[in-house]
Amino acid sequence: MTADALLPDLTARVRGVAHARTPACPCGATGTLADRPDGTVVRHADTVAKAHAPDADPVELARRLTVAARLPDVFLPPLGPGPVGLHGRLVTFWPYGTPVDPEDPDTAPWEAAAALLALLHRTPAPVPLSAMRGPAKAARAVTRLRALGSAPAAVPVLRAWAALPPWARAEAPMPDRTTLCHGDLHLGQLVRLPGGSWRLIDVDDLGVGVPAWDLARPAAWYACGLLPGEEWGRFLDAYRAAGGPAVPGDGDPWAVLDVPARALTVQTAARMIAKATADGRSPDEVEQSVIDACARMAALPPRSTHTSTD
Amino acid sequence: MQCPKCRAPMHSYNRNGVQIEQCSGCRGIFLDYGELESLTRLEAQWAQPAPPAPPAAPQAYPAAPPPPAWGAPHGGHHGHRRHKSFGHMLFSS
Repeated sequence: MTADALLPDLTARVRGVAHARTPACPCGATGTLADRPDGTVVRHADTVAKAHAPDADPVELARRLTVAARLPDVFLPPLGPGPVGLHGRLVTFWPYGTPVDPEDPDTAPWEAAAALLALLHRTPAPVPLSAMRGPAKAARAVTRLRALGSAPAAVPVLRAWAALPPWARAEAPMPDRTTLCHGDLHLGQLVRLPGGSWRLIDVDDLGVGVPAWDLARPAAWYACGLLPGEEWGRFLDAYRAAGGPAVPGDGDPWAVLDVPARALTVQTAARMIAKATADGRSPDEVEQSVIDACARMAALPPRSTHTSTD
Repeated sequence: MQCPKCRAPMHSYNRNGVQIEQCSGCRGIFLDYGELESLTRLEAQWAQPAPPAPPAAPQAYPAAPPPPAWGAPHGGHHGHRRHKSFGHMLFSS
């Protein structure tokens, strides 16, 4: 019943499910895809098992799985029955999908990602869901940054965080409490099916909230001068072309992107400072551009023009 | 337009005056009648010395709306494509 036993037992479970699906399993591609405190993911041929975070709520997770199962054009649909218990963790099973090659981000499917998000944001939640966890994750990253103590790079990051409206810091309900959101969109959250089309994965932060949050990570990378405008433009144009409701159909999208892009820039900077500190080094040039963006935010209060009926 | 192979949306790119369609899903490229010949011709010109300058290719995409005022000055500096931290950032929470 220790963490050490989780990985081998999870590996045995995924092998069992894979062999039940494919009795003549070639057993070719197997291994650990991720092993972090918030999730362990193992693969056996065409089947993947995920042990969710130790604090995952079984009722919430079951609802999020239902959303993925009911929206197979947006999410990779889960396999088989609901979550099973293993060493105190909830485990779910999924078909394997091919991820974006981390060595070749130029092949990122910006248009497909945007179209999937637009479809998600336009779909009414099929079951009641709690708030998407984007702001809560940003708040957690900031809490960890504070716990580091006296990192000088942390000062502008914490200042930028303090200037955000309470909803973006998970201290108040979001102004939108109905729109389905992924909650943690990045390039690792897309997989390609054998037919070539793309789907979203990872339902752990799925919920209802401000859909601009799902666009705000690429927006933040662009604002920090890291993602070329051409790629950001492709993503934004495809989202609009697919009828995505998070931003106005034309004109300036930053009225709604500004606050979430600031929050995700702060979250990214907080994670980067924590990593650099753990490695015993100063931030590198990429990390410094994200910290510098936080420093510039201090002089420019956030735009509070999020449209809301509240 | 949808990709005839995987049904993902196709996007048009203009390369030296030749319009090509690429699938956003499987990255397959489709050429209309005569386009392969046009590209072959352009390649041959490229190999010859001092060809006449081709007309500037039109922008494949309209410029993205400018970043917010807290964004990077001078439109950023994109020399990070192969930087380890950049790749890590794109693929993590």
